[in-house]
Amino acid sequence: MNILNTKSVILFAFHICNIISGLLCQEVLAGVVAIVSKEAVQHQGITLTMEGIVNLQLSSKSVGVFEAFYNSVKPIQLITSNIEVVKQGKVPGGKTEIPFEFPLHTKGNKVLYETYHGVFVNIQYTLRCDMKRSLLAKDLSKTCEFMVHCLPQKAKLQPTPVDFTITPETLQNVRERSLLPKFLIRGHLDATNCVITKPLTGELVVESSDVAIKSIELQLVRVETCGCAEGYARDATEIQNIQIAEGDVCHSLPIPIYMVFPRLFTCPTLETINFKVGEFTCNKYKSNSATVCGLPMADRCDSLFLCRV
Amino acid sequence: MAAVQWHSRARRYESELQSCGLEVAPVEFSDYHPLKSITVTDSKSRRGARKGSTSSSSSSSSSVAPDPLSSMLDGTDPLSMFAAASASESPPTLSQSSSTGVSDSLGDLGRGKRREKEDEVGVDFEPWSSKRGEILARFTTTEKLSINLFMGSEKGKAPSLASSAVSEKVRTRLEELDDLEEGSQRELLNLSQQDYVNRIEELNQSLKEAWASDQKVKALKIVIQCSKLLSDTAVIQFYPSKFVLITDILDTFGRLVYERIWSMCSDPHPSPDSFTADEVNDTAKETCLNWFFKIASIRELIPRLYVEVALLKCNRFLTKCGIQETVPRLTAMIRGIGDPLVAVYARAYLCRIGMEVAPHLKDSLNKNFFDLLGTFRQIHGDSVQNQLVLQRVEIPVYLTLYSPAIHWILQCVSYRAPEALLTEMMERCKKLGNNALLLNSVMWAFRAEFIATRATDFIGMIKDCDEAGFPQHLLFGSLGRSLACADPPEAERLPILNEAWKVITKVRSPQDYINCAEIWVEFTCRHFTKREVNTVLSDIIKHMTPDRAFEDAYPQLQSVIRKILTYFHDFSVLFSMERFLPFMDMFQKDSVRVGVCLSIMDVFIKHQQEPTRDPVILNALLHVCKTMHDSVNALTLEDEKRSLALLINGFIRMVSFGRDFEQQLSFCVEARATFCNLEPVLVQLIHTVNQLAMETRRVMRGSHSRKTAAFVRACAAYSFITIPSLTSIFSRLNLYLLSGQVALANQCLSQADAFLKAAVSVLPEVPRSISIEGKLRSSEGFLLDFINNFLSALLVVPDHPEAGVLFLVRGLLNMVQDYTWEDNSDAKVHVYISALPLLAAMSQESYLYSIPKVDSNETLYGGDPKFLAEINKLCETLIGQVLDHLKTLGRDESIHRQGSLAFSLFGCLLAHGDLRNNKLNQLAVNLWNLSHKQGYCNTRTSVRTLEFIKHQAQQPDMVHLSDVLHRLTLQSRT
Repeated sequence: MNILNTKSVILFAFHICNIISGLLCQEVLAGVVAIVSKEAVQHQGITLTMEGIVNLQLSSKSVGVFEAFYNSVKPIQLITSNIEVVKQGKVPGGKTEIPFEFPLHTKGNKVLYETYHGVFVNIQYTLRCDMKRSLLAKDLSKTCEFMVHCLPQKAKLQPTPVDFTITPETLQNVRERSLLPKFLIRGHLDATNCVITKPLTGELVVESSDVAIKSIELQLVRVETCGCAEGYARDATEIQNIQIAEGDVCHSLPIPIYMVFPRLFTCPTLETINFKVGEFTCNKYKSNSATVCGLPMADRCDSLFLCRV
Repeated sequence: MAAVQWHSRARRYESELQSCGLEVAPVEFSDYHPLKSITVTDSKSRRGARKGSTSSSSSSSSSVAPDPLSSMLDGTDPLSMFAAASASESPPTLSQSSSTGVSDSLGDLGRGKRREKEDEVGVDFEPWSSKRGEILARFTTTEKLSINLFMGSEKGKAPSLASSAVSEKVRTRLEELDDLEEGSQRELLNLSQQDYVNRIEELNQSLKEAWASDQKVKALKIVIQCSKLLSDTAVIQFYPSKFVLITDILDTFGRLVYERIWSMCSDPHPSPDSFTADEVNDTAKETCLNWFFKIASIRELIPRLYVEVALLKCNRFLTKCGIQETVPRLTAMIRGIGDPLVAVYARAYLCRIGMEVAPHLKDSLNKNFFDLLGTFRQIHGDSVQNQLVLQRVEIPVYLTLYSPAIHWILQCVSYRAPEALLTEMMERCKKLGNNALLLNSVMWAFRAEFIATRATDFIGMIKDCDEAGFPQHLLFGSLGRSLACADPPEAERLPILNEAWKVITKVRSPQDYINCAEIWVEFTCRHFTKREVNTVLSDIIKHMTPDRAFEDAYPQLQSVIRKILTYFHDFSVLFSMERFLPFMDMFQKDSVRVGVCLSIMDVFIKHQQEPTRDPVILNALLHVCKTMHDSVNALTLEDEKRSLALLINGFIRMVSFGRDFEQQLSFCVEARATFCNLEPVLVQLIHTVNQLAMETRRVMRGSHSRKTAAFVRACAAYSFITIPSLTSIFSRLNLYLLSGQVALANQCLSQADAFLKAAVSVLPEVPRSISIEGKLRSSEGFLLDFINNFLSALLVVPDHPEAGVLFLVRGLLNMVQDYTWEDNSDAKVHVYISALPLLAAMSQESYLYSIPKVDSNETLYGGDPKFLAEINKLCETLIGQVLDHLKTLGRDESIHRQGSLAFSLFGCLLAHGDLRNNKLNQLAVNLWNLSHKQGYCNTRTSVRTLEFIKHQAQQPDMVHLSDVLHRLTLQSRT
């Protein structure tokens, strides 16, 4: 977060405490603006701008290419705030550090959502620091993203274990079911209401399989829904895919299911008037060496509800 | 100058000796004496007081020799601390008693900590590093290998789509990732094994480089790619070695990450061993967490698993029980690996890192083993069979691939494990079918004592194993290994050996047979007598002789010999084994044969306490030594010859026929014929024979009977004909002199004369320079030493009745005169000067020393004036020669040498000449002045000489010296 102005050699930077691990809503954003310069710097005021925006983008799949291109939904501003740190004047040479604090107050009755980087929905918080300077010199500016975590839920989560069975019959998107080899996979997820900081866990047992298994994978998918004038668009995209079994695993031996939710790309399930992030689902793939149709087989399963405690 | 007249001073040796003898001065206890033991009582008590216990201080002063170093350093001496630490490594009871004295308070602290960590890995745990090389050497292939490196396919595409929103840092990382993705998707085919190893090493290097240049993402990608190679089981014979190579890289990576995070939690640095997660600052924690998030998103199972295991230690930065929770999870994760070989090696890696990072987590180790048992049937599953058919690998070969990993897992599990656990594990192994593989590892890894007590059971189990599976000889080999270290119950030993050998002897392949037999030889030697060992040897001979199979098994055969030698130190027993020498005959390659002989002789010299005359030993060892001797050729290094000669000499010294001297002599004759190429051996033989002669003399109390006289003459003859065959001129000279002295002592006068004459006649052959340790050195010093020694021996040699007076002395001096001395050397004159004391001693009425029963010249001539005149004439000639030389030196500007020579002649005159004679007196004074003229002489020596003269002058018949004293002036150096 440094800008090096080569002409006058001003090192202009700012630092937010606790930037990486994230802030809870209602916490105070604090940090310092640092200016390092050999000579004194003349300026027309240093300001800090904090902004929280929800960016929505329509998928070309659901509304058509052109609409997707033109009809991007207006960003929703969650929070904006601006303060002047230093009034017009001179910053002396050497290193100057100016501490600042921002309370995270929302506009009106809006709620702060957790930082999230999705495909069609992006919730992002930034802090920008500007130093205005006279006409001859360029203004200096520096932007930095900070993470926001929403408040932990008060209610205690009851883990709700889910059992599942995968057989040729349960598979979706398969045309010729009769050509599939016979197999039976059983398993369970420890909970479908998951805490976002804790991994998704469970077990899976290959009870039987006619052909040798090549791989068993776990796919984490997000479902984003955007509302707009024409209705709403709902899209599912993969977040990550994790292999939990490789090769012809031992039959009737429980294999652990374990997946850490990636940061930034997942957030607690969220539903608002304009958009919805959530319905994370988890798919289990099974690939066979002798697939009849040549395609991997997938079994859709279980939508997850993520939250933070 | 010929006018000088010599008169020897009359000496009374007895009284001189008395006056010269030093008084014995008793040393007072409180006096300082350099040899007295130092007791520093003061600092000891101070140390005790600091420790706060009087008992320890008293024990320290009694049990530990007071060490001046430690007392001076006030107890914190690093060496003694080290000693204390190493002492406490040994059993605790011992360390309690022995180290209290040495160790200080610091050492105590350390010991306390050590006790705390009792369940950790100790020195008795065989480390991975020792297995590494073994695996690499054992699992090799000639087939072509391939490396498949796709850089970057494990990250989903989703994040890059969202790049508009992600922060700058993430974006640059992703770009970096894309770069790699494009450039480095490559597959290397047709690599030979060595190429493969080189490629892996390159990857290791590029990992380090990437890390050093702060490209952490690239480093991680390299590691992921490498560990991905472990999921590939093509060329399955090479898999164990591949595992070793790649886990090396993973280790490097794990270390780099750990060190980086460690460096982030600087100030205040928590102590490296015992910090807790609370002491780690947020930045370090965050970085560490970041690593774990990254790893958790690796798509494929095997790389994810391996990388996470490699970073296991980093869990310590996050939470207190992080490792404790992670290890069981990783253990369960391995169940997802379908290929049993890949899975078992993954378990081995987890166990290895687990033992390093958290050795107290025994449960997860056990879980690993039980999971292994759970998936054991996979090994004989269809997919494995198909693969083997495809790769054309036999089942027994395939099964041995598992051994290193299972050995390792079991070694970790069984390390300091309670007996009950081991029993349980064994029971569970028993229940499985096809358990030979497990059985083998159990026998390798479990405590030897555990195996030994159940040896009979094991034999039963081995017999039950399927012949087609794991090779039985390997099983017996493993059992033999355990039995070599621990003893089975006494009653079972013979049945065990019988049962085992029944199987071993049926092994067809000579190589397999000898590998197994070699191991069992130790057990046999340990518990049984020569009869059983002999049987074993004959069996080995039977197996190894057809088709000259022994040629490929020299290392094993050598090891058999080594093992036998460790247990049989009694050579009469050893050589009475009928099959031992035939066994030796199998070593037909010269270098190996000599190596074996060397080891036999080594053991013989080390363990043979008493001289022997056992014909069996002698014959056998003579044969062994002859083999060693015969290996010497023109190309043999000097060093090798020396070591061979050393061993043979050791043997010769150990041969003794007691009172049967003649037999001993004939042995020496035989030995001389056998070892004619090794000069040191010949020298030793001559010494032995000389010793024999002297021994005979001792037995006869100095007076020989006719028979013994003939015998000692035979000894002399032996020496006389042996010495000329030596090439080293000084060995020859010294041996001539020594043998001459021995002959003289045995009253063999003509033999003694012959020896001494021979020595004199050899003198001109002495080269001017000889090579010593590869460097050419002047021989002058050695020659002078020898001549002086020779001169002193000549005093007692009686003149030969037919030769002239002082025949030998004259002969020697003539030789000295004719010898081509180095140019500009005073050596000749030095010899002349040193001949003067001899001549002076010869002119005494009774000689300084004499040989019992040999009449020296004193009695032969009885102080005949003619004889004395002869001596004096000789002396005068010598002095004349010396003075001539002094004159030439004066001309040649070598005044320094002139001075010192003059001074030594002066010393000689003073000591041996009769200075009452005016001429001699005058000569002495002149010499003194000459030596002081140039001021080159040592003032200190001059002063002491003057003091000596003053002292001598006080004696009644030396009063004339005080006149001399007045005339000697000391020149102060200007």
